[in-house]
Amino acid sequence: MVVYLDLLSQPCRAVYILLTCTKIPHKVHAVALRKGEHRTPEFTNMNLMQKVPVLVDSGFILTESDAILKYLATQYDVPEHWYPRQPQQRARVDEYTAWHHTNTRAHAAKVFILEVLLPRHMGSAVDKVALNNALSNLKNTLDKLETMFLRRQPFLCGDDITVADLLAICELMQPLGAGRDILKDHPQLQRWRSRVQSAVGKSFDEAHHQLILQPPVSQWCWASKVTVDYLYGLGSTH
Amino acid sequence: MAVELFLDLFSQPCRAVYIFAKKNNIPFEFRRISLMDGEHFGEEFGKINLMRKVPALRDGDFYLAESIAIMIYLAEKFETPDFWYPTDIRQRARVNEYLSWQHQGIRTHSSKVFWLRVMIPMVMGVEVPKEKMDAALEDLNSSLKLIEEKFLDDRPFIAGDQVSLADIVAIVEIMQPVGSGLDVFQGRLKLSAWRDRVQAAIGKELFDEAHQAILGAQENVKLLDPTVLQASKSKILRYFM
Repeated sequence: MVVYLDLLSQPCRAVYILLTCTKIPHKVHAVALRKGEHRTPEFTNMNLMQKVPVLVDSGFILTESDAILKYLATQYDVPEHWYPRQPQQRARVDEYTAWHHTNTRAHAAKVFILEVLLPRHMGSAVDKVALNNALSNLKNTLDKLETMFLRRQPFLCGDDITVADLLAICELMQPLGAGRDILKDHPQLQRWRSRVQSAVGKSFDEAHHQLILQPPVSQWCWASKVTVDYLYGLGSTH
Repeated sequence: MAVELFLDLFSQPCRAVYIFAKKNNIPFEFRRISLMDGEHFGEEFGKINLMRKVPALRDGDFYLAESIAIMIYLAEKFETPDFWYPTDIRQRARVNEYLSWQHQGIRTHSSKVFWLRVMIPMVMGVEVPKEKMDAALEDLNSSLKLIEEKFLDDRPFIAGDQVSLADIVAIVEIMQPVGSGLDVFQGRLKLSAWRDRVQAAIGKELFDEAHQAILGAQENVKLLDPTVLQASKSKILRYFM
């Protein structure tokens, strides 16, 4: 089984963490988005949308990190808590992974895009008005994570870590690529982050190593305007 | 007490849940929440769903939001035919792949086009700049192209030979801009043929019933009290424009 990943991408890290901490046998094929390696004819043949992560398992090609995580948790022998079988517990995970796209992912990614990707790519200053807007939307999301998902429970969907926590944590770590810790004023989320880190062990640091190292400017110069438009469009309605 | 479903058929994800439940004869109490009348801001509904969004489900003391989670929960609880959400892991992954992509892949764009063509100009009386409209339409067109090329390709339905949750979730989103008077099926043979198959699989009567509100939107919104949206005006404009 091969996974095509760029560890600078949030959903790729979530997949990487699940694979490594549950020790599912796999091979990682690194794809450097910044070098446009997702736009080669071979990659496009495999994934028309030119995105990572992609999983290829004996000829079965799968995209979309939440589909990949759920596939791995059901296809391979991993502890059941990652994606519980009990219907109401599973529904909680499905509920979070759906909500995640237009909330955690959209708002956290937008902060990163405005603070790092766009300025680097355009060679321009950060748009402060847009950034403040984005930070305000993100704060709303963080408040919801605390009051709705973490209310009275240690992890987003219950007493145990699930794939939902992996998706969320990787998004919330992304602004650290600009040195911004968005959980700084949120002790409840910081405690949750520590629990996630303990639950996954060294996989967490391995996954985030490249993001957190102060990268040279060029590392963040994504190869094309199309990519930036897409990424910008990812959060543009929020 | 039967399962309660809190729905407004103006909303795409509510239609998906409604169609799925009715098609499978799942017994439920229909609790209508009128978004246009701001009923989702009411105290009662706040107890059902803190996020104040529809659809929502109540099954005894179990509460659930998010249409996809709701349909999967209903499929399992009421043991609906396998093709809706296959037990085969790879087929299920195929359905999950579409259900994941569609949040940002099409839903965002279809909602936006509807708001820019109907709600903002007709209800809020705000003119939409041409470049915003053009950009939204371009995004929608790109999404429809991807649905045809990648998610349908040469298959009759998104996951393969049979209809699934993916097709229901897709069709209700694509119908939203149709409700704004935009025939997105025109000139798209593959998409039209797929729509016909999905309608046949769901049943034309149920399909039409579910879409009656949205297809009458351009007329019905003229009857709306514009002050209901006034309170959220700046938020709405910032969000969509």
